Amino acid sequence: MNLALTDEELAFRDEMRTFFRTKIPADIREAHARGEDLGRDRMVEVQQILNAHGLAVPHWPVEWGGKDWTPVQRHIWLDELQLASVPEPLSFNTAMVGPVIAAFGSQEQKEKFLPATANLDIWWCQGFSEPEAGSDLASLKTRAVRDGDDWVINGQKTWTTLGQHADWIFCLVRTDPDAPKRQAGISFILVDLKTPGITVRPIKLIDGGHEVNEVFFEDVRVPGENLVGEVNQGWSYAKFLLGNERTGVTQVGFSKVRLAQAKAHAAEVRVGNGTLLEDPFFAARLAELENELLALELTQLRVVASSADGKPNPASSLLKLRGSQLQQASVELLMDVAGPDSLPYDAGSDIASASWAQHSAPTYLNYRKVSIYSGSSEVQRSIIASSILGL
Amino acid sequence: MDFELNDEQKLLRDTTKDLLTRSYDAEKRNAIIDSDPGWSAQVWKQLAEVGLLALTFSADDGGMDAGPVEIGAVMTEIGRRLAPEPVLDAVVTPGGLISEAGRAEQRSSILPGVTEGTTLLAFADQEPGIRWPATERATTAVKGHNGWTLTGIKNPVGHGATADILVVSAALPDGGVGLFLVKSDARGLVRKSYATHDGLRAAQIEFTDTPAEVLGEGGDASALIQAAQIREQAALCAEAVGAMEEALRLTTEYLKTRRQFGVPLAKFQTLTHRAADLYVSLELARSMSLYATMSLADGVVDPVIASRVKLQIGRSARLIGQEAIQMHGGIGMTAEYPVGHYVSRLVAIEHTLGSTDDHLRVLAGGVAGYEMVGAA
Repeated sequence: MNLALTDEELAFRDEMRTFFRTKIPADIREAHARGEDLGRDRMVEVQQILNAHGLAVPHWPVEWGGKDWTPVQRHIWLDELQLASVPEPLSFNTAMVGPVIAAFGSQEQKEKFLPATANLDIWWCQGFSEPEAGSDLASLKTRAVRDGDDWVINGQKTWTTLGQHADWIFCLVRTDPDAPKRQAGISFILVDLKTPGITVRPIKLIDGGHEVNEVFFEDVRVPGENLVGEVNQGWSYAKFLLGNERTGVTQVGFSKVRLAQAKAHAAEVRVGNGTLLEDPFFAARLAELENELLALELTQLRVVASSADGKPNPASSLLKLRGSQLQQASVELLMDVAGPDSLPYDAGSDIASASWAQHSAPTYLNYRKVSIYSGSSEVQRSIIASSILGL
Repeated sequence: MDFELNDEQKLLRDTTKDLLTRSYDAEKRNAIIDSDPGWSAQVWKQLAEVGLLALTFSADDGGMDAGPVEIGAVMTEIGRRLAPEPVLDAVVTPGGLISEAGRAEQRSSILPGVTEGTTLLAFADQEPGIRWPATERATTAVKGHNGWTLTGIKNPVGHGATADILVVSAALPDGGVGLFLVKSDARGLVRKSYATHDGLRAAQIEFTDTPAEVLGEGGDASALIQAAQIREQAALCAEAVGAMEEALRLTTEYLKTRRQFGVPLAKFQTLTHRAADLYVSLELARSMSLYATMSLADGVVDPVIASRVKLQIGRSARLIGQEAIQMHGGIGMTAEYPVGHYVSRLVAIEHTLGSTDDHLRVLAGGVAGYEMVGAA
């Protein structure tokens, strides 16, 4: 047993720390730390800086821009990135469709898409969920029918995050409605959003923002070469993809930064004769959250240290479940520190309520999503109960 | 980073597990804790024979020079079987103090008997009416013509009634807290023995001008006591992990086998989802317990880490304990069935060397002193 990082790992951590804090523009990191929407251009700017230094897609195969890093190095990379409030590379590109194309795509698909995907020259969005297929994703109905060399798609996708910025969408579509198992009739296909017949419509959310969309497909004709891997094997690619998604959603670094912000701001709020940070009740709430986050971090390190064989660990469900709870708890605490200053919405810098405080309540509302997306907490509990506890 | 036991440590763990599994099932344990002295002389002898009572001592003192990782591995197995043998109370904690601070003749006259299982120790430190972390002691040490004497009350003292030699903390005349050795048959020493709710044994020990011998060179031993407590906290947390793991195993087995409404309980999602939360809680506790152990193994003896770990263990222990009984239903209430005994032990651990609230109070008092918490 040994908790410490090796000298090489410590040097690597310092290298990452220095890079993220000197090469990524401070104004972008500060805006991101305050919870502001960065918009498309600044997200592209950051990812292209990362990619130019080989730091956008380190977990990809080396021939497509990946690094031959250990699991510990990958963990340090992500942790330092989050601690520096650098916006993460677009997960739809780097954590989802990129690895699927690299693992299951044709050589033509790899050459056409992977470099542009790593560099965010193509912005991808995800076409999985449908109005009637949320947690029960395998019940999806969007149809793709073969017509000559093409596929013709009809149906509707929803909760399409940042679809308004996207160039392409990767979709799960039903290609065999008569398959004996629902999962066996699904394919994974890549669609250019400029194709005629596609309509993207915004969904306004409870935080007042526009983050997700509905995407409608009406006789959308897609070349056969855009299907990834084998026909009707899409479900196994999706499971591969969602496995990647879940380990990335622990977000310990994000939550640490939020707790540190809450602490710093609480030291400036007066309560009685002292500050909010000096209030024993608040201090206990903060101390408890810090401890819960430490326990999660150590659990994540256990998973990292044991994942050298590259196999997905069933404990990743634990990381998703607990990680989303603590992200929610940390933005909740930050909002509670803001108190009445959390009331103004998008009121600008002319009033006394600080930008971080104005963003705190919308962020709180927005972060209710994290225990719903990517396999809700209830789905994660079902996975733990069945695949770990054998229930 | 490596969270795994090495091969030697695994062997130690497996040896302990085998020995205790052979020795105890629920029925045998109930019989042992219902009779005096509350543990099995035969198991004690076996523990000594395989070297488990010599683990923490240096080779010079007849020990095995093992560290916190080995102790943690053994304690987890003790927790898993709820073995009532006083490995921590009678050997590791008081023996550790003697080993660390004792003069050569103290170590050589006491420790060989301890490692052989023939001499029992106890650490008499806790006093009535004061919560952890105590910085002062009401028990006083006075130096007279014929040496030192102690006066005061210690309670509860884990396995205090069966100890042959007591390590006792007491306020020194010039300030600070000293450590003393007291023989159990010393003048003016009264022991009131009792069972604790978890089936183990403890005692109130009263000293009235009781002759005592200075441990080691004497002087203020506050730092030594704190370090011993941090090691004991880590060991108790490792024990709790074993107990929680078994409580959860019993609960999931019960959900699979118990049938109601014509189906196994495991068909009810209201139960399986709560079991999933118990698993999460157990793994968080295990991570923190390993953190305590690995920090000690790295030579970091930090009271803040100990409080962090014991806070998590306390939270997990309450949740797992309460839910384990609830999900068993009536059978979980019976003394015959093991799960309640695990819950009782977990609560007892929580109230030893600082409760969850005590540790949270300490941590809350320190939040302004750093920006963020990190594992490394």
